[in-house]
Amino acid sequence: MANKPITGEQRVFMTGNEVIAYAAVMAEADIMYGYPITPQNEIMHYWTRLAPKYGKKFLQTEDELSAGFTTIGGVLAGRKAFTATAGPGNTLMQEPMSMAEMMRIPTLLIVQQRGGPSTATVIYSQQEVTMTTYGGNGEGFRIVYSTASHQDLYDYVIKGFNTAWKYRFPTFILGDGYQAKMREACVMYDPAERGIELVKPTPYMGAPGTPGVDRKPSHMRNTYNTEEELYEVVMNLAKAYEAIIPEVVEFEELNAFEADTVIIAHGVVSRAAKGAVKELLAEGEKKVGYFRPITLRPLAVNELREIAQRAKKLIIAESSYGQLLKQIKEAIYGTDVEIHTILKPGVGITQEEIVAKYHEVK
Amino acid sequence: MNYPQIPKSWNIESKPHKFCPGCGHGIALKALGMVIDELGIQDKTVFGVDIGCSLLAWDFFNVDTIQTHHGRTTPVITGIKRANPELITIAYMGDGGGYAIGSQHLVNAAARNEKITVILINNTNYGMTGGQMAPTTLPGQKTETTPYGRDVGETGYPTLGPEMVAAIAREGAYVARGTVANLRQLKGFIKKAIENQMAGNGFSFVEVLSGCPTNWRTNAKETWDFIENTMTQYFKVGELKVPGKGE
Ligand SMILES: Cc1ncc(C[n+]2csc(CCOP(=O)(O)OP(=O)(O)O)c2C)c(N)n1
Ligand code: SF4
Repeated sequence: MANKPITGEQRVFMTGNEVIAYAAVMAEADIMYGYPITPQNEIMHYWTRLAPKYGKKFLQTEDELSAGFTTIGGVLAGRKAFTATAGPGNTLMQEPMSMAEMMRIPTLLIVQQRGGPSTATVIYSQQEVTMTTYGGNGEGFRIVYSTASHQDLYDYVIKGFNTAWKYRFPTFILGDGYQAKMREACVMYDPAERGIELVKPTPYMGAPGTPGVDRKPSHMRNTYNTEEELYEVVMNLAKAYEAIIPEVVEFEELNAFEADTVIIAHGVVSRAAKGAVKELLAEGEKKVGYFRPITLRPLAVNELREIAQRAKKLIIAESSYGQLLKQIKEAIYGTDVEIHTILKPGVGITQEEIVAKYHEVK
Repeated sequence: MNYPQIPKSWNIESKPHKFCPGCGHGIALKALGMVIDELGIQDKTVFGVDIGCSLLAWDFFNVDTIQTHHGRTTPVITGIKRANPELITIAYMGDGGGYAIGSQHLVNAAARNEKITVILINNTNYGMTGGQMAPTTLPGQKTETTPYGRDVGETGYPTLGPEMVAAIAREGAYVARGTVANLRQLKGFIKKAIENQMAGNGFSFVEVLSGCPTNWRTNAKETWDFIENTMTQYFKVGELKVPGKGE
């Protein structure tokens, strides 16, 4: 059996879903549990083609509730298990992900956003931000990476497994239908050759020894009897989560800390935003900048506040009716920067639109 | 005289257990504990409990235990077994967890012939949430949501779980219905169900007829009478599917 599909570095031209399947193999994932929904299906298609060649497993479950809970089971058994979904499937995934939050279970869920609400379109949107960042019936102690390119998909799937296992909070890769389906170039590599150490999974259940005889039994629960008991559990989760925020937060920026007008976007839209800012800078507009949160949860609150305190105007562009906007408003609460928006639920945003908006509000 | 022993695999620290006096859960878990001891599998058993009164068993055994969401014990246990087939994995749930909210998981686990063991407590009501109608509530039976008695014209007939599973699961599956009124027989069914998993044959499923005196508002005598004489008329006790014995 071959041991890995990529050695050295390989430049490829592929769809995002295919890139994800390769990245999962290279991250040494052991098993995928999944349920079909467009636009993430090909992750499963490619995974099931690669899996037998590299000693990996797959189970097609009866629905996303099951895919999420079997993924949790796989992790409990000490394997790197993962799943992928979109749209209404993401809605169903929130139940298992709440359990992962409560029990500190390192799940990795790849979301390829489609249109919403409900079944909507199978194409594209950025409407799963609120659900992916705060969708459970808890406090949203989770890590969400918003990817913008196929290179991101490859890098962050590998990183996502490490993040999940290192910090033991549910971890999400938030892509979208464009990234899922389009082809573009990216470089795939063996993480070991780049000095990336893969965090090894350990079992929560079925470790060596006899429970109660030569080791303690693992007794895990998500039900508590008293207010005080739960308070303590959740406060401990909060403390652990707060502590990792500085290590986990990621963002990208261009001139954002010097500009009067800062364009903020995440995911695939950030490419148009960055392009717009580069174009404007090249035209001689010196006071424009770009900011892209990579982690949507936790959000780079300190940096956003700093920008909002310095700049005069923010332009927030997203393919939803203000889901990122809501988070940014909360982050910069109390500053009096002017906020302008391009909000297009379920529809892509071009560089030209952003440039035009800049001139309109300038 | 030979007094009944506390199973070795029980966690003494969590005893006396948290079930109501006279509850059937404790008896079913006793049978399971005895089987774990007899098969010597305490070191490789993973026990999954649902929400419902089964959750009270989250620290019942000195066995790795995961208490999960209402109805989702079957997929969690499936996920564990698929990821590590060396483990002996047992899902333990109520009739609500198995036949209502989690029914699609039960049906599909049976259809895939998952090599796991499911033990389901049929107490004809939702115990934990205070005695509402369950899929297994008998025709005419009064519950908090059928205060005038279950009207089958409106809510259908009680689910025959083992019959359903036996119809879905294929060769290699083991299916039985036992009762807490016959501990020796119940233990035998649970043992066979776990041996079936250990042999890698296929899905194994045991429904357990059990009492809920608190919600039934019955005294000891009426509780046992209901289990032994009323429930068994509708829910036939016995083995429904045994590997090698044909369809
Ligand atoms: C998703 C969800 N819906 C509803 C509940 C509330 N709930 C808790 S226990 C229970 C019923 C349990 O009944 P059963 O499964 O028959 O087990 P028993 O308590 O009778 O042993 C319900 C509906 C829940 N915990 N989760
Ligand atoms: S409510 Fe019923 S099922 Fe639950 S512990 Fe009490 S008697 Fe047992």
